[in-house]
This record gives sequence, structure tokens and C-alpha cells, in this order.
Amino acid sequence: MLKPSRFFTVSTLLASTLALGMNAAAARDLTVVSWGGNYQDAQRKIYFEPFSKVLGKPVLDESWDGGIGVITAKVKAGSPNWDVVQVESEELALGCADGLYEKIDWAKLGGKDLYLPAAVDDCGVGQIVWTTGLSYDADKLKTAPTSWADFWDTKKFPGKRGFRRGPKYALEFALMADGVKPAEVYDVLGTPEGVDRAFKKLDELKPNIVWWESGAQPLQLLSSGDVVMTTAYNGRITGINKTEGKNFKVVWPGSIYAVDSWVVLKDAENKDAAMDFIAFTSKAENQVKLPEYIAYGLPNKEAAAAVPAELKKDLPTSAENLEQAIPLDVDFWVDNAEALTQRFNAWLAQ
Amino acid sequence: MSIACGKRLAAFGLVAPLLLFLVLFFVWPLVTMMSNAVSDPGAGRALPQTAAALSNWDRSSPPTPEMQAALVDDLRTTQDDQLIGDLTRQLNSARSGFRTLMAKTVRTVREEQGAVDLVQVDQRWEDVSFWQAIAAATASPYTDRNLLAAIDMARSPTGEITALPASASANLAILQRTFVIAAGTTLACILIGFPYAMVAASVTGWKRQVMLAAVLLPLWTSLLVRTAAWFILLQDNGLINRLLQTLGLIDAPLALLFNRTGVIIAMTHVLLPFMVLPIFSVLIAIPTNLLPAAASLGAHPLRAFWRVLLPLSLRGVVSGSLLVFMAAIGYYITPALIGGPTDQMISSVIAFYATGTANWGMAGALGIVLLVATIALYVVYDRLSASGTERA
Repeated sequence: MLKPSRFFTVSTLLASTLALGMNAAAARDLTVVSWGGNYQDAQRKIYFEPFSKVLGKPVLDESWDGGIGVITAKVKAGSPNWDVVQVESEELALGCADGLYEKIDWAKLGGKDLYLPAAVDDCGVGQIVWTTGLSYDADKLKTAPTSWADFWDTKKFPGKRGFRRGPKYALEFALMADGVKPAEVYDVLGTPEGVDRAFKKLDELKPNIVWWESGAQPLQLLSSGDVVMTTAYNGRITGINKTEGKNFKVVWPGSIYAVDSWVVLKDAENKDAAMDFIAFTSKAENQVKLPEYIAYGLPNKEAAAAVPAELKKDLPTSAENLEQAIPLDVDFWVDNAEALTQRFNAWLAQ
Repeated sequence: MSIACGKRLAAFGLVAPLLLFLVLFFVWPLVTMMSNAVSDPGAGRALPQTAAALSNWDRSSPPTPEMQAALVDDLRTTQDDQLIGDLTRQLNSARSGFRTLMAKTVRTVREEQGAVDLVQVDQRWEDVSFWQAIAAATASPYTDRNLLAAIDMARSPTGEITALPASASANLAILQRTFVIAAGTTLACILIGFPYAMVAASVTGWKRQVMLAAVLLPLWTSLLVRTAAWFILLQDNGLINRLLQTLGLIDAPLALLFNRTGVIIAMTHVLLPFMVLPIFSVLIAIPTNLLPAAASLGAHPLRAFWRVLLPLSLRGVVSGSLLVFMAAIGYYITPALIGGPTDQMISSVIAFYATGTANWGMAGALGIVLLVATIALYVVYDRLSASGTERA
């Protein structure tokens, strides 16, 4: 009867190893999660590393691909292994309503008045303003497209078009191509007839669309000439122009901008350090360094004003770029993402 | 007696880690996933009074003040935001619009004291369809809504099961496509993998090592990198098209990207090792003198292959096919990056529900449908292969 007791010894050992593992996890350093790529490289240089010096402890950084399901799973499992996460506006709205984030202490950030209204939320602090818009290779297209109607015009601009796979953005752009004024897009899309109209307009272009999935793909498609125009994220466009000497252009009228925010996960271990970190990244003198690396708009008003003019012209927040752009309607997508994605998949399958 | 008992206990102790592993990482998640798909968790707990008030509502007449008052009370007493979040997610999945409606209502109800007229808060509370969704969610802790939706069906407000039009939901079409692509990949793997394994088994020494390394090497590279590489190779002015054009074999570039051909090429490359290795391991165990023996009895080489080598190596082909097919069913990244609009597989839909909207009920229901379909296919295959061996 010695053997079973040996088995128990083994299991005790196992249990204590597990407990040790948990203890090790308890001493986890501040963990910041962002979108990866050259954006996170820039963040590491201007936020993570300097803040780690202020804190006197290492700051860990990870990257993710978004999705409220990921955050829900982490928070519901208890003691999440992330502290600060950069989220899109829908994830901010959904998670805040579901109690997945800590409330923001705006006094620590110098008050709400210092920031763009779109960047202020009970649960999140806006960090960047980014745009999805029409882009093309100005070296290859002799006449420049100027609107979504041009995007749909395959006679004037023969060739394939790149589109992000999914109903978000595709439906809005389709309505604009169909003659709906940018400011009225979400009013029209809010009705069943409006949704039908958008899908009908997409039908026209369907044979010419190449659907992309990840943000690097549209650049690749434009470079290789597989498409003549594509929807793309503005930061990536100016990024590749700089690093690879391309001459890609963004058409600002009819583009859609959105805000990405920092949130602190509910019951995160390093809650206080996390809030300090957010305050650090929201300071004008730190934030102003970002556009040098990547062309995203800054929500801190003082920082936005201090950006040099030659960088400012590429930012979604500059006055002329904002003129005919519209903000993403978060409420609309929070309500309708699921039903419209189901319909979109069915439409694609036909 | 005690020795036998001790031995049994010891044996149990030895397999205990395995059992624990199976239960913890296999049975438990599977059961959780399945129960998620058929249960309506939040509604009953978050809205007890509303559930009572709605139990004798006819589900078609306008909402009464009592129903409204019960809902207001429930939303005031339930302080657990995550519970309300679960509820809202589930309601919004049944009726779009609940997300903003609930957020607005909860905020107002908690700010104000006393009675609140919900229609004043939001016009949508006049709409019967929102109340129907609440009534359906609170009526029972179990639901078949997710399972029905996973196979393109839904219940009408009166409770009959109806099929959704093809323009509204395409899960079955996507599921069917998943099996077609997996079968195509398996076939391509057999066609390439079998001859490859035969050659690898027939050579010796460094040649065999090189051939096996060539198969294994891709396994050590990340799936994403291999897929991205195929993206570059297959595009219109990619390496393959340019080579074929320089050789004068084709005039215009072949369409290899964003269609089924590209997906099957890339998936075949990624999954080939799982076909080659099982076949190879069976082939090297077959005595090398069997084919010369067949030839000495007058068999044509093709006939010798067909009657001697193929039946003997069939076991490897079958296990390789199973491995490749099962792995192919779950593919997600490769079709997403290389496929066209009609090449997306069921995993991408599951991933959308699991991570995109945190609707684990729908993700679980689609998972169940996939599991059931796969088991059904496996049973058919098992019958076929069993009768095949009997005949042999």
C-alpha cells in the first residue's frame, strides 16, 4: 500500500508547483496590451520604456487583435493577466456597459477639458484618432479618384478594389457611393430599406472586390497592383510611404474616423500603476512625439496643437481632413454588428 | 486480495494524470461549450419580477404598465453589471438594438427614483418585438435559439420553427463548403504525399534524410508565415505566374489568389507532412522483395502496385487522410488570407461569435453542429473502411 501514498506525494508536489506558479503570477509587472506592428514599436519607444524608468520596474507589453470576447473571457475568469488594453470604440462601449473595465479617474488626467470630447469616457481614455478611407497608388493611377462614386466606377478606373471583409465600413461606403451625404449615412443605415440599399449597391461592385482581412494586406494589394484602389487605415498608408518610398494617397472626403482608447481591466492587479501609465501617455509632452512615427490624430488638445505642420497634414484630426469625414457610429455597430455580419456572410456566400 | 487491490490502485495512479488531463482539457470544455449553446443564463437571474409579469402575457398585445414597472424594479435591484451584460448580449442577439436600449434604460432607471415611463426613456419600449425577446429569454433557462440559428432556422414569435431565407443566413452553406475544401485538400495531399512517401521509402541514407527534412522543415515555421509566403507567391505578378509566363506556358497570369485553387494549394502545403509521415512509416515496414516477387510472377509494375503495394499501404493512407481532413476542417487563417469571398470556412464564423461579439452561445452551437457533422462523417468512413477490410 505504499504506492498509492507515493501517488499522493506526487499530487501534493503537483499542487504545490501550481501554487508556486500562482505566486509567481502574483508578482506580475504592469502589462500593457496594444495593436502590435509599427504602432506598438512607436508606443514602446515613447511610452512604455520611459514610463518603466519612472516606475522603476519593467513594463511588459503584449499585442492582440481585438474582440470583446477576449476581454470578456479574461475578466470573467478572474484576476486577468492584462492590466491596460488599447481597445476600439465598440469594445469600449460594450465592455463599459458590461462592467468589464475600471472607471477612469479623470482628476489624475488633469480633467476632461484637456481632451477631445470623443476621447472622454467613463471607462476609457482616447489615445489615437484613426481613419479608414479610400486609398490608391498615385504612381499608378493617372487621374486621382476623389469619392466613393469613383471607387464604384469600374469604367473610369478599370481593375479590382480592395475592401475589408465585413459589413462595417462596407455598408457606409456603399451608401456614400449611392449618393447619400456623409452626414446622413447612419440615418439611412438605421432603416431596413437603407440596409437593403447598401447591399444592393455592394452587389454592383461584388465581382470586382478583393476582400482583405488584416491591415497589412491592402498595402500589399496596392503594391503588387492586384487592386487599383482599396480601403485602408491611414496610419499604415503614411507609414509605407515613409519606409518604402511609396506614393500612396488617402482620399479624406467620405472617410470614417474612430478613436482607440486605453482601458483598465476590472480587478486588474496593477490598477494604480495602470492609471498612472494612462496619465503618462496622455500628457501633451509625451503624446506629441507620436505623429513622428505614425500618422494618428492626438486627443490631447495641447499635444494636437503642437504637432509640426508638415506632419499635421497627414493626421485624421487636421481641420481640412476632418471636413467631409464622419465619425464611426459606435451605437449603430454595437446594436447591429451581429445581425449584419450574419447577413453579410450570407450575401458573400451567394 | 490486498496486493491485487494495491496493484489496481497503482495502475490507476499511473493513468490518473492522463484521466485528469482528459477531463480538464477535453471533457469539461466540451460540456461547457454545449451547455452554453442551449442555456439562457442571465435572464432568469437578472429579471425575476419581469419573468413573473411576462409569464401570462399573450406576446402580441401592447406592453402593460405592470410589465414596465417589473422591468424597472429588476434593473434597479440587479447591481451586477456583468450579469446585465450577459443578459443584454443574449437579448441583442435575438433582437438587434437591445445594446443601446439597455444601456440607456439602465442609466436612466438608476438615476431616477420612483416610477419611470419606459416609453419616455426610449420609444423602442413601445415595440412589441423587444418584449417578445425578453419573454422568450425569461420563459425557460434553456433555449434552442442558438442551435436553430446555427442551421439557418429561427422560431417565429408564435413559436413555429421556420427556415431563414438564403439571403439572411448561410451557415449550412459555409459548413458544406468547409467539408468540400477539407476533402479537396485531403485528396491533393494523397496525390502528392503518396508518391513522395514511396520515393522517400525507396531511397536510403542522406537522400532519405533530405527528403524527410524537406517535409518536416515547414512544420517548424509559423502557419501565418507560411500562409503569407503563399500570398506573395500566388499573386498575379508573383513568382509562380512570372515563371510560367517567362517559360511561355501561359499568356495571361493565372488567377491563383483569392479563390479555391489558392486555398487548396496553401492548405495542401501546410498539411502535407501529416499525410507523408503515416504513409512513409507503413511503407518502410513492407518487405522490399514483394514487388520483385510480383514481377517474377508476371505482374505488370502497375498491376503489382495496384494489387500488392497499395493494399498493404492503405492503412497509412487512411490514417493520413483522417489526420489531414480533421485538421483541415478547423482551418481559419489560410482561407481568410488567401481565399475569396466564397472560400471562408466555418471556423471564421465561430471565431466571429467567440471573440468578436462574445456570443458564446452561438459559437458553441456552431461548434456542436460541426462536431455532429464530423462524427457522422467519421461513422460513415468507419463503416466503409470496416466493410473494405472484411472483403479483403
